[in-house]
Amino acid sequence: MSEDLRKIIIDGQEIEVPTSYTLLQAAETAGREIPRFCYHERLSVAGNCRMCLVELVGAPKPAASCAMQVKDMRGGPNGEPPAMNTLSPMVKKAREGVMEFLLINHPLDCPICDQGGECDLQDQSIAYGRTGSRFPENKRAVEDKYMGPIVATEMTRCIQCTRCVRFVTEIAGVPEIGMIGRGEDAEITTYLEKSITSELSGNVIDLCPVGALTSKPYAFNARPWELEKTETIDVMDAVGSNIRVDARGPAVLRILPRVHEGVNEEWISDKTRYAWEGLGRQRLDKPYVREAGKLRAIAWPEALKIAAGKLSGDASKIGAIAGDLCSVEEMKAAKDLFDALGVVSYDCRQDGSKLNSGNRQDYLFNTTIAGIEEADAILIIGANPRTEATMINARIRKTWLNNDTQVGLIGAPVDLTYPYEHVGTSAADLAGLKKKRSGFIKTLKDAKRPMIILGSAALAGADGEQVLRAAGELAAAVGAVSADWNGFNVLHTAASRVGGLDLGFVPGTGGHDVAGLQSASMDTIVLMGADELDMASFGKAFVIYIGSHGDAGAHRADLILPGAAWTEQDGIFVNTEGRVQLASRAVFPKGDAKENWAIFRALSEHLGKTLPYDNLAQLRRQLFASHAVFAGIDYAPGSDDAAEFDVAKIGAAGDVADSDFGVAVTNFYFTNPIVRASKTLAECSAIAAGPAQAAAE
Amino acid sequence: MTQLLQDKDRIFTNLFGHHDAGLEGAKQRGCWNGTKEILEQGRDWIIDNMKASGLRGRGGAGFPTGLKWSFMPKEVGARPHYLVVNADESEPGTCKDREIMRHDPHLLIEGCLIASFAMQAHACYIYLRGEYVTERLALERAVKEAYEAKLIGDKNIHGWPFHVYIHHGAGAYICGEETALLESLEGKKGQPRMKPPFPANAGLYGCPTTVNNVESIAVAGTILRRGAEWFASFGRERNVGTKIFSISGHVNKPCNVEEAMSIPMRALIETHAGGVRGGWDNLKAVIPGGSSVSLLPKHICDDVLMDFDALQAHKSGLGTAAVIVMDMSTDVVKAIARISYFYRHESCGQCTPCREGTGWMWRVLERMSRGESEISEIDMLLDVAGQVEGHTICALGDAAAWPVQGLIRHFRGEIESRINNYRAGKPVFVSQVAAE
Repeated sequence: MSEDLRKIIIDGQEIEVPTSYTLLQAAETAGREIPRFCYHERLSVAGNCRMCLVELVGAPKPAASCAMQVKDMRGGPNGEPPAMNTLSPMVKKAREGVMEFLLINHPLDCPICDQGGECDLQDQSIAYGRTGSRFPENKRAVEDKYMGPIVATEMTRCIQCTRCVRFVTEIAGVPEIGMIGRGEDAEITTYLEKSITSELSGNVIDLCPVGALTSKPYAFNARPWELEKTETIDVMDAVGSNIRVDARGPAVLRILPRVHEGVNEEWISDKTRYAWEGLGRQRLDKPYVREAGKLRAIAWPEALKIAAGKLSGDASKIGAIAGDLCSVEEMKAAKDLFDALGVVSYDCRQDGSKLNSGNRQDYLFNTTIAGIEEADAILIIGANPRTEATMINARIRKTWLNNDTQVGLIGAPVDLTYPYEHVGTSAADLAGLKKKRSGFIKTLKDAKRPMIILGSAALAGADGEQVLRAAGELAAAVGAVSADWNGFNVLHTAASRVGGLDLGFVPGTGGHDVAGLQSASMDTIVLMGADELDMASFGKAFVIYIGSHGDAGAHRADLILPGAAWTEQDGIFVNTEGRVQLASRAVFPKGDAKENWAIFRALSEHLGKTLPYDNLAQLRRQLFASHAVFAGIDYAPGSDDAAEFDVAKIGAAGDVADSDFGVAVTNFYFTNPIVRASKTLAECSAIAAGPAQAAAE
Repeated sequence: MTQLLQDKDRIFTNLFGHHDAGLEGAKQRGCWNGTKEILEQGRDWIIDNMKASGLRGRGGAGFPTGLKWSFMPKEVGARPHYLVVNADESEPGTCKDREIMRHDPHLLIEGCLIASFAMQAHACYIYLRGEYVTERLALERAVKEAYEAKLIGDKNIHGWPFHVYIHHGAGAYICGEETALLESLEGKKGQPRMKPPFPANAGLYGCPTTVNNVESIAVAGTILRRGAEWFASFGRERNVGTKIFSISGHVNKPCNVEEAMSIPMRALIETHAGGVRGGWDNLKAVIPGGSSVSLLPKHICDDVLMDFDALQAHKSGLGTAAVIVMDMSTDVVKAIARISYFYRHESCGQCTPCREGTGWMWRVLERMSRGESEISEIDMLLDVAGQVEGHTICALGDAAAWPVQGLIRHFRGEIESRINNYRAGKPVFVSQVAAE
């Protein structure tokens, strides 16, 4: 669709821009910088800071360029194209004036302000402000507000731009921040001074252009220029949010979002943001062996010798489970080693979901996250995207806001931040849906771009394969899969899952899956950072735990081989869309801990089955040769193979159970060993559980 | 001698409440007379006649009413049209709409019907100032009468289904700004919206809306009954018609009075308000159009005409035509400081220049009124006022800046002598009446 273009003049330079552009966008197109505080691309336009004023030629007053559109500009009296100035004395004076007003009641506490060095007000006052102050009166002081364990407030610094108010109202969907009072006495507050009940609340810290809202756990820790910044990705869920890890020396000090339109736009969840706190606690930094019930620290050679001894026994009595945070390289090295040893009982589906390695589109989020915005009807089955994939939930909310998309849910009723039709709670409701004629099935059938999102909780039951088939049949029945649209989606909860399935880290012929490994009496079990299991179920097996944190697995382990956390090694992760992304090392592994793939490489030597790679580059070369899919970095297949979508190959035929779907994530803040070690997230968890606990008592 | 408005040419014949405000009384005074015939002339005729009458909005900005009506979409699309009447009369010194609603409410309701018909609106909201309780009761009584007489309602005798809803505000001055009023009417916090889009495109609930002052709407019926030429025959070109003036302050008989536009200020005050306390020569300054406009010193007041253009030529404005008279006893710096305090208090806090600037101006003026200031601060204050004016979302910033600019323009000497007196240890202000 071509848009109307209009010729306008910016600072004497003629330029053609779409009429729907704001003056600010037009000025940026012309290469002009317009200062702003309240304006943000992803939030509604408030126009209240007045920093972006520009001069409209012929108009008596300057106009807010963030709010006015090119189509509303008036041309000259003789049909000249409309003109605006961004560099004129009038504009300079307007900016200086607004800057002065913003500063008269802003405290001069930059030296003790956490925003220092990355403060919009600081930067813009240098660029657009005057030098001295003409304000001899007392400055205003504002009482600080409580906003929960994440957001620290210093409300005297607030410039009332209302970005935070607009974010929680529009994007997060919890209108819990607002402005009360008026005039000089206007204050931003959480009204009742309660913690913000959103898992996106940390984003207001990034949005705040001044130091009014800062990060509580990061308070007074570092200055931005001291930090080494590493661009990487997040592994707290299967979304693979793009993040930047800021570290000083050996310590990760904070995590910030990076822009990726296809994944997380520019937000991240609180869990992603504060995972760094867990990186410094509960760490396994030495190999340990359990002797008479107690762990004893040992050296690597001894540890590898013990492990090699245990792994050289009967291969059918050896099993391995890859946890939620394993990189593809780690699983590749492990798989290569186990294959060489003849071990077939290994599994990457810690959650017990009945997905098979095979056709990629049978277990991917095929619509893609950006594709959600095109959907006009969405049925969520056995999932709570708000806790399982926060960024996907935010995207669904955005779609619901912009397109009035209809949403239905089969599963436990939860608060998704947007309204939905509660279609049912069980697999039987899902199977029964396609026989119905009215209700949500009609919504799906009438939709041009219907979407079905199948959660891992729906696939974890004994009838998981049948549920998968039923969902596939429903997708086919409502026309969710066509040549250029694949509305069949599986929502994963773990960063390692899709990579593991792509790699084929699933039991070979006669091998046990996760449930089998827990019920069969095995001799040796290797847990690769797998902590979300019932550790008592492994009976007398010798458990080798390879991981970074002392959690459930390490408590059960007979031998601990300390590995690196995801910020401490390079690794490939595949997100729920099938998008291959690279995580990069920000800091080195703790103590004696080693990169996880290297542990398997070292073990292989002790076992006499030396793996054919000596460094990560060689490993990756082999990986790309055997699995070309991993070489397509940052590519999500989407509807590439939609034409080959075949219901008969998805899951298995049969009846589904009548019982309600389970819940994949019971505690959003505690889904893996890293976040369980974070103090802030523990506080968040306690607050989130608060009312329920009080009710139970 | 100035030709004064004759009783036969008054629109608000019950302005003082001497007669029956009810439907019967209103009908006797001509209201609701021939309304159906007016509607039968059609929308274009009504709007053309309103344009021809030269009526300019009575709420303060003076935007031509007929032109405003013509901005509404010609056809009703998916969104209904609305008429909103701004009865949030909060401008200090202004008390004209109050009298209309109390004593001539049927003129307003009739005007609402005509205006709504002309703009194809079936619903009209009257947003009433929070403090106006008796006005609300009077208006509600009149609306009830109109419904009972089938003058308005679903099946009324005029054949245009039409409803009037009265909404009582909570008493914030900013809710008199048209877009803040719409926000408040929608149940939100009363904060002005960005323009464009203008209400005629996206107003109440995003639908095409016209917001008019009570007086602008209330005169419509009479204008159409008596003809555009009749209305246009009063006053000067571009400043025609009759207008209610609210005269308060240091006059012998403060009053509301309907007069022809362009009446000399002196004639207005002396004829209708009993003259300035202590005689014309005891006059110090007049704020001619409600607290928002710049005050005028006596030498300008001597011969200035009371209309939009004449007052604008003196960098003031007609505003709501609330004439605030100040005699020689007035501490004019303190008076403007008090007005500044009002704007500081009423600023909604949304946009920066107004939120921060109103408080700054007030603080400086307070000190200046005590002489505790620097001479250089006078120019700084003028500069700050200039930084507020025209840089805000709505006109409250302008309204806060203009009185300050007017004070410095006309009474700079007084501020300077005050500062000098303070430094010399002399009394900073001596009321000139007391000194005599």
